Amino acid sequence: MLRQIEGSQAVARVVAACRPEVVCAYPITPQTHIVEAIGAMVKSGELPGCRFINVESEFSALSVAIGASATGARAYTATASQGLLFMMEALYNAAGLGLPIVMTLANRAVGAPINIWNDHSDAMAARDAGWIQLFARSNQEAADLHAQAFRLAEEVSLPVMVCMDGFILTHAFERVDVATREQIEAFLPPFEPRQVLDPAAPVSIGAMVGPEAFEEVRYLAHARHLDALGVIESVAEEFAEVVGRKSGGLVAPYRTQDAELVVIALGSVLGTIHEVVDEARDRGLRVGALGVTTFRPFPLEAVRDALAGDARLVVLEKAFSSGFGGVLSTDIAMALGGATARLSTVVGGLGGRAITETSLRRVVDDALEGRLGRLEFLDLDRAAVERELAHMAGDRRSGPIAENVLRAIGAGTAGIAGRRA
Amino acid sequence: MSGQPVRFFQVGSFAAGNRLLPPELRSVQSDATRANALTSGHRACQGCGEALGARYVLDTAMRATQGRLIAVNATGCLEVFTTPYPQTSWRVPWLHSLFANAASVATGVASALEAQGRSDVRVLAQAGDGGTVDIGFAALSGLFERNDDVLYVCYDNQAYMNTGVQRSGATPPAARTATTEAVGPEPGNPFGQGKNLPLIAMAHGIPYVATATVADLHDLEAKVFKAMSIHGARYLHVLVPCPLGWGSAPAATIELARLAKETGLFAVFESEHGELTASSPIRRPVPVEAYLRPQTRYRHLFDDAGEVGRPDVVARLQAMADANIARFDLLGGER
Repeated sequence: MLRQIEGSQAVARVVAACRPEVVCAYPITPQTHIVEAIGAMVKSGELPGCRFINVESEFSALSVAIGASATGARAYTATASQGLLFMMEALYNAAGLGLPIVMTLANRAVGAPINIWNDHSDAMAARDAGWIQLFARSNQEAADLHAQAFRLAEEVSLPVMVCMDGFILTHAFERVDVATREQIEAFLPPFEPRQVLDPAAPVSIGAMVGPEAFEEVRYLAHARHLDALGVIESVAEEFAEVVGRKSGGLVAPYRTQDAELVVIALGSVLGTIHEVVDEARDRGLRVGALGVTTFRPFPLEAVRDALAGDARLVVLEKAFSSGFGGVLSTDIAMALGGATARLSTVVGGLGGRAITETSLRRVVDDALEGRLGRLEFLDLDRAAVERELAHMAGDRRSGPIAENVLRAIGAGTAGIAGRRA
Repeated sequence: MSGQPVRFFQVGSFAAGNRLLPPELRSVQSDATRANALTSGHRACQGCGEALGARYVLDTAMRATQGRLIAVNATGCLEVFTTPYPQTSWRVPWLHSLFANAASVATGVASALEAQGRSDVRVLAQAGDGGTVDIGFAALSGLFERNDDVLYVCYDNQAYMNTGVQRSGATPPAARTATTEAVGPEPGNPFGQGKNLPLIAMAHGIPYVATATVADLHDLEAKVFKAMSIHGARYLHVLVPCPLGWGSAPAATIELARLAKETGLFAVFESEHGELTASSPIRRPVPVEAYLRPQTRYRHLFDDAGEVGRPDVVARLQAMADANIARFDLLGGER
């Protein structure tokens, strides 16, 4: 049903239509609206047969979901940022046990410095936890991906994390066609667990495995991830058949044919990138974009196919690995057979800094003219950085870096709007 | 033929043996049709109090639920010695997730059962003292506060035995552990307030809190039956001596558990909705010294001749026991 709706509300409605049996909630901005809405639906009776558990931490939120899923219940929770890191141990555990839990990650920066706004450092921290990680480009896709996530998780017996940009998507009101209960029923079969705690057929789940089989068990998790690549595509196709709308899948190429520059990214910034691509095309520049919808398992083949040719590549990342560089960039390079001179990493949008069309247009122009380095930081205030480096060199007890930077730039009211160098 | 004399009472406790009891009063464990939820062949040490306690707890809970039970286990000795795949000792559906989350996982199991309309199946979570009073404390408090329908059992052996006897929040003062060595002017674990989980559980006002020891297994079974007759959050704290960590003879496990109770160092009681409802009286009061002496974790309190070398420390431990005796009325007003 088409409606003007907040991203979080749309996700909550789709999750509810998937009829989860246990939903656990612990508040952390910016995912709160989702679980609040589900909680209200459970309490009002709009979502029948569901237990809504307010827990005392994210670690327990996922732990409750683990217990519920192992008992054969469809389980859901949501988190962000510090919450994801606080549940990190349970994150690995859920994946290792092969429990098909679905979780929304409302992407938010990880501190310190503490910051509630959007970037992808939380999702990247969980990259190797064994979860399937899907990134939504829009609220429509975020809503649709949740329906697909339950189907996918239960089919391959792996947990699925649907990543949607905090605030940018979670708090944005826009038109979303929210899948109805009838559509979901036609698309999502009842949960048939591969393993379940059942007094009629007792099993031990989660026991110790030594060196004699640990590698094989881990390999099988990898194999299921590889299987998931195919399942993700077929689930997206089936979803399209049922609701008449294409979303999800592995990658989302946009005007990449004949492109001499392709900008690659995860999540909602692809909307802005598409605008910049269109504008560049209008200027006669052969620019395209590639959205990576499925980040784990990483679709090496689909990326390789989408980037066939010799176009320059810019990977725009809202996270990076300190002391190294881009995270997604490494995976893209891997898909292309290793490090390549045609690839540049642009790190931007950290801690919620807006990625503007103006800045992206400059990136495109610089890339096309060969002026872009291997690793760039979008709109980085070089002067502020140099000032603090000098300050630190001159004073052993130079104090908290974060405060110094803010004082030096005269902030306090600067907000989160994009600042151009 | 064995020359062991036949006795019709439990040595030391004077508890009558099962064979003298009418069938309906006999222990679940003595019944050939018991569930055997934790079978033999596991890897616990000789004289392990936890293995004994868990077997009685699980079989009783299985009897109480007619076999409709799911067990959740924290990481720890009990998890490790019962399970390395494919040799599980559990004959109940059993789930181990992590060290700190047994309570929350159990909540998840109970919630799933409730959502699925299978509330005839009950949930039991179990952990050691580390998984309960330390790393799993927040999750357990959450379970209590929400009054989730779970019986949580702590097998308290008073330190992290699985990792090599390190101090936990349940380690008693003066006890030697690998992280509170018996060296320096104040050897062993420092004196402090301790962390009395049963009292903390009572402060949550949950329907049922009880303590027990493996010295009185009939009492332990009765408390499990009682707990399983109640819905909501229930907490059972079982003192389980550990020969490895306590430095005691494997054959002394029952005796030490009894001495812990008879000295007053470990109060055996029951509580409902935050109110103390019963305490097990001390039958033959003994000074704490009798409990401390057989354990090498307290050896630094005695000299080479076996005489008390640190009367100051022993007196402080005796004061703790006396405080328990007064608080829980363990001498039943006989003083």
